[in-house]
Amino acid sequence: MTETKSSSPGSAEVWITGIGLATSLGEGLDANWDALNARRINVDQKGFAPYIVHPFAPVNLDAQIPKKGDQRQMEAWQRIGTYAAGLALASAGVKGNKEILGRMDMVIAAGGGERDLAVDCNILNLEAKGNCAPGFLNERLMNDLRPTLFLAQLSNLLAGNIAIVHGVSGTSRTFMGEEAASIDAARIALARIAGGQSDIALIGGSQNGERKDLLVLYEYADFNLKDKFVPVWARQENPGFALGSAGAFLVIESRAHAEARGAKPYARLTNVIADLARRKHPGEVTQSLQQLWSKLGKLEGKGAIITGATGAEPVTSEERAFLSQHADFAVRATGTMFGHTMETQFPLGLGLAALSISRSALFPPNDPTGLEIEMPQPPTQIIVVGAGHWRGEGMALVEAVK
Amino acid sequence: MTATRDKFGRPIVVVTGMGIVTSLGAGKTDNWKKLTAGESGIRTITRFPTDGLKTTMAGTIDFVAVEPFSSTDLSERLADIATEEAIAQSAIGSKGEFPGPLFLAVAPVEVEWPQRLELGRATGQTDIDYDALLRVSGGGRFKPYHRRFLFGSVADYLAGKFGTKGSPISLSTACASGATAIQLGVEAIRRGEADAALCVATEGTVNPEALVRFSLLSALSTHNEPPQAASKPFSKNRDGFVMAEGAGALVLESYEAAMARGARILGVVAGCGELTDSFHRTRSSPDGKPIIGCVRKTLADAGMTSEQVDYINAHGTATPENDKMEYLGISAVFGERAKQIPVSSNKSMVGHTISAAGAVEAIFSLLTLEHQRIPPTINYEIPDPAIPFDVVPNTARDARVTAVMSNSFGFGGQNASLILTREPL
Repeated sequence: MTETKSSSPGSAEVWITGIGLATSLGEGLDANWDALNARRINVDQKGFAPYIVHPFAPVNLDAQIPKKGDQRQMEAWQRIGTYAAGLALASAGVKGNKEILGRMDMVIAAGGGERDLAVDCNILNLEAKGNCAPGFLNERLMNDLRPTLFLAQLSNLLAGNIAIVHGVSGTSRTFMGEEAASIDAARIALARIAGGQSDIALIGGSQNGERKDLLVLYEYADFNLKDKFVPVWARQENPGFALGSAGAFLVIESRAHAEARGAKPYARLTNVIADLARRKHPGEVTQSLQQLWSKLGKLEGKGAIITGATGAEPVTSEERAFLSQHADFAVRATGTMFGHTMETQFPLGLGLAALSISRSALFPPNDPTGLEIEMPQPPTQIIVVGAGHWRGEGMALVEAVK
Repeated sequence: MTATRDKFGRPIVVVTGMGIVTSLGAGKTDNWKKLTAGESGIRTITRFPTDGLKTTMAGTIDFVAVEPFSSTDLSERLADIATEEAIAQSAIGSKGEFPGPLFLAVAPVEVEWPQRLELGRATGQTDIDYDALLRVSGGGRFKPYHRRFLFGSVADYLAGKFGTKGSPISLSTACASGATAIQLGVEAIRRGEADAALCVATEGTVNPEALVRFSLLSALSTHNEPPQAASKPFSKNRDGFVMAEGAGALVLESYEAAMARGARILGVVAGCGELTDSFHRTRSSPDGKPIIGCVRKTLADAGMTSEQVDYINAHGTATPENDKMEYLGISAVFGERAKQIPVSSNKSMVGHTISAAGAVEAIFSLLTLEHQRIPPTINYEIPDPAIPFDVVPNTARDARVTAVMSNSFGFGGQNASLILTREPL
């Protein structure tokens, strides 16, 4: 298949002017940066054993979601996302700026469906004990489901909550579809700004990895990392991903819009492209990534790659084959440090790429296999790679502003 | 500027194929016949027991067999049927090779009760917790459920079958999803990224938990008998919406590309607009500003004035709140004309197809333009004096229609509108 075309040549330059990160390593840019440089990883190997998850680092929710009533209306994945979105808006210097927020685009990548586990299990147990009368399920659901739980489960209500709490109220689009959703969210937001259809956008996603109902979905196909935590590149014998918890949001805007309001860029978002390999035959993902690479734009040698590689197979091996063709690039797998945050992994990679460029350093390798190499020079180009555990491949080029 | 571009210099976006499935039936011909005859597709639910439920009717699609049932499987089947019809009419590309991207409006996907109960039984226990479920989930026995219950699974299937290009986008903007899918297609063509786009919206969500969820939010009509009379948009005795299933598919093309291959033009997507309401999770801002802004943005995007719109295909869900707010918004923009312009709700007949509604109603709007006949709002027996719309009560009406506005307003502050015309303006 041909890749989806991105912005046309000669179109508006787009800057990343805000980054909001709330992850298992902490909240804010400094906390995450320091943890990466200290090679600190936050995993829970006991609470969900034999599964491994990266728990969300506690935050003071009131700082970004001041009304308790709003906090109560959300489940954890929405609170994490709404919190991180607030950080991104503050980072861009637009928090509370009603004029800008009122015309800001929002393209969010979301999962959803956080279950009430107690309600589910009660129904399963009553059924196992012979409750099978017609209407049994109806009666339990009518009585046991919290009326507002639905709103905490709906995918588009992450965007809805960001609108309510932060006032982002230009446009609101929620994309679904695991890893690819966030690649497409960035791609569409960039294309709209580059094409003059928009000036400024909030993009991102969030996930709560401390969810047994989510583990069930991925366990159906044995995708969960079990028993022992090892970095992403060392999982060939025991493949899988450890679900991560994070919110990652970016404010992107046209250079002209940023300059007019005196905003400073972290980096330029030059290109985002995506494709869907059918994955029926070995090598299709490697080939898809190689094709995307060839269409990213002009690449200098000895750059850096931040990938959301999951550790799941066969896709991680296919990606490794692609990376081996670019061995002079310093690779960093966010899955090792943050776990697999699904819809959030790509904006997380974009955020870390922009942060690294703005701080003139790539964070150090965290990989016993030697695939990740040191990068002594300041990065000026970082390629962000996303290959979904099951479907979807994408790439972005993040560059220093010239 | 050539004739293939609009007054803003953007490529004109036309519709060359449409496919539809609703509770009225499959296909444009059957749907249009029944819709303009004022028939209701709402019926008593037989798919599952309704004991203990306050609402026992819906616009279910029972003529498409899905066994064992899951809403996601039904959504996929309905999308498939509608897309087949749209692509066949458009005669674009070749079999399995659609020359453009896919934008799919689909309900959020999740593991459903039949599959959860199956997993529970597999534990062999009567003190089941999620750890017990996890212990039996792996090993390959339930592997197909991983693929099935990924959010991207329906788009993945459609992209594979119809050979759309690039990364397919699955989206949810609640009740505005269908309109958003069309809007994404329009934008891609306007940016010159694609000459054609496949915009599909599907909904198969009548299952016990979905019904209970809306019921707990007091959003559904409980007028169960007779079910055909349950959906009463703009009536004084309206008491909520009626859940319904359906799918709509549209092939969008640049006017230039469509003319170059000699395609039959079914209509034009002249404008689209959206504006977020940040007031409340389920309620509209009492001043109606977001709806008003959405309608104005749509007119501006089309480069039109409200006087040029001669029919409004309403969101018209029949909830007390929506219909009141829709009148407030329309009357603020259309002024005195709000009482004269025909405004009808397809949902009085097909119910609220939620994720699919924006596309289903865009197709009905295009059929209105084609047939120069406005479908009615049925079950309109007790007018609401607070909503003095001409709702085209109970009987279809022949009329000269050159431009239709189709509105979609949803939970989470999602407002989107489209303007459809017969000919390029």
